[in-house]
Amino acid sequence: MKTIVIFTITIVIALIGTAFMPLKTGLEIVQEAEKADNGWASSSNTLTMTLTNRNGQKTTRKMHGYTMEVEGDGDMSMTIFDTPKDVKGTASMIYTHKIGDDDQWLYLPAIKRVKRISSSNKSGPFMGSEFAYEDLSSQEVEKYTYKFILEEKINGQDSYKIERYPVSKSSGYKRNIVWLNKANYRVEKIEYYDRKDALLKTLSFSNYKQYLSKYWRANTLKMVNHQNVKETLLVFSDRAFGVNLTKANFSQNALKRAR
Amino acid sequence: MGKSRFIFGLGLIFLFFNMGTTSAQDSIEKSKIYSEVSGNIKVDYRYFPDDALYPGQHQEYFSMRFQPEIYLEWNKGKQLLQFTGFARIDQHDRKRSHADIRELYWQGIFKNWELSIGIKKIFWGVTESNNLVNIINQADVLEGSDVEHKLGQPMIHASFNQNWGTIDLYAMTYFREMKFPGQQGRLRPPFELDTSNTTYESNSEKYNLDLAIRWSHSIGVFDLGISHFYGTSRLPLFKIRPGRTMTFSSHYELINQTGIDIQASTGSMLWKAELIYRKSKRKTITAFTLGGEYTFSNLFSSGIDLGMLAEYNFDDRGSESINGLNDDLFFGSRIAFNDPQSTDFLGGIVIDRNSKTLRYFVEANRRLGDSWKISIEASGFNNIDPAEFLYLIRNDSYLQFSLTKYF
Repeated sequence: MKTIVIFTITIVIALIGTAFMPLKTGLEIVQEAEKADNGWASSSNTLTMTLTNRNGQKTTRKMHGYTMEVEGDGDMSMTIFDTPKDVKGTASMIYTHKIGDDDQWLYLPAIKRVKRISSSNKSGPFMGSEFAYEDLSSQEVEKYTYKFILEEKINGQDSYKIERYPVSKSSGYKRNIVWLNKANYRVEKIEYYDRKDALLKTLSFSNYKQYLSKYWRANTLKMVNHQNVKETLLVFSDRAFGVNLTKANFSQNALKRAR
Repeated sequence: MGKSRFIFGLGLIFLFFNMGTTSAQDSIEKSKIYSEVSGNIKVDYRYFPDDALYPGQHQEYFSMRFQPEIYLEWNKGKQLLQFTGFARIDQHDRKRSHADIRELYWQGIFKNWELSIGIKKIFWGVTESNNLVNIINQADVLEGSDVEHKLGQPMIHASFNQNWGTIDLYAMTYFREMKFPGQQGRLRPPFELDTSNTTYESNSEKYNLDLAIRWSHSIGVFDLGISHFYGTSRLPLFKIRPGRTMTFSSHYELINQTGIDIQASTGSMLWKAELIYRKSKRKTITAFTLGGEYTFSNLFSSGIDLGMLAEYNFDDRGSESINGLNDDLFFGSRIAFNDPQSTDFLGGIVIDRNSKTLRYFVEANRRLGDSWKISIEASGFNNIDPAEFLYLIRNDSYLQFSLTKYF
């Protein structure tokens, strides 16, 4: 009897607590998501990108790369192109920053030249795909402002629906809608709205796997462009963590011999 | 002397076997060799619409280029071997049919530094219309004036990574002469060069020990480089030997050249500058290139990037400078369509501020399927001043179609 009373009281308190607890803001949720993903240190992967045009014709590109977490700033990453063969050996190195433009270098193997390139190109397509550079760059909290919309189920998962607005004026979007899994902060889906606020693209995340028994990574990303009816599929493989990277792996010398 | 040489030898042996103490498992890992073989074959058709200026020249040229590449890596990527070969066969011009080893070097990667021994190609610089500071490799003039076309240079190259930048040291020998097209080739001077009479200021001739040092660093929006080169100038001076039949040959001076290159990347705008100060017994020269590139990215949400380039070239050699970029403005445009076929376009004009000599070029590329590429290129001249070197090739504007197969 006593236990039942205590139990009931607990439930009531819990219910009241929920009802009166102020709703988390969008920013708080995203900060929690970032915190949950902190400390992965370094990772590497290979990537197959399949482009499908409106006639259903497919083109495939392969690349591989590695990324290092930088405390207090954005990640450092290196991407090396493997196919098509005419761009084989071309490599891109990016230092992402929480605030301001990223630093980006490109290595052109035919002329052995390292070129610093303009990083204000955020909205342009990556390698002829439906992914813009800004969709693929490290998603730092500071790059957007946020608004919590509601909680809803997506892919059968309880999720937070959050609207975010890019800080950078050179972004191609007015806003994005992001669905974050409530249980583990995995991104389930993103909708991209263009500058005229028309729905441009939808990105779906699937094949989630947990690494180092903590970090969730989607191994399949599918971007559908509703305006030009094209699609791009990204499939990650050989994902590895704890790959022992240092700053020396992100020097211009390292970029020149990236393979 | 004998002792230091012995220590140096030991050092080298240590570097090659940079193993220290390793476990058996490590040794197995380290002895694994990763290899890659790749390359490309390119077929060019070149058409010169203007009549030939010199006897023996043609209007149409077919030629073929072969570039094989072999890459080996072992010791968990801490050691590697790179080979890039090159061969061109030209339908008419026997001199343009030539072969070269572009790269053949061993490289060891250590904690904060790297060492390479062998034939390498090195690029320094930031500007687009001219690369004054880029001095390590001789230009392969037979291939074109593009920076891409350089002859392989034998060297020992050490590169040290520090928090305050990268220091590169180069020791080079076996100088590569500039070679020009033969009697049946276009884009050549009226005379054929007598390569058996090449002279050098250095007593060691082409075996002079050339030395170079460069510091480079990225600080915020800036990419900086300061370099110094001592050795045989890559640019020849021409000697005329009068006689019953006039002969022409090259002379190569010893020079000291200091170079500075700076790029500031501020949003869509890239500011670029290169400056050199070159001293020889005969002459001291200053030259610079200044300019910038602005990119309109994702133009009207089309996915197309449009780059606009403008640069000014100054060289106090005046019209004595071989490339003629002595007081010249360059305007160019780069269009990347960012489509699955990576279609791109590059075009530009160079105008001499005094003589009004005008040069132009356009180039377009597109991938076909997965491993083919088609290219169109045009290069031309207009209103060339007789005082410029270019006057000798004033009728050699051309149009070129190319097909490349990558494997």
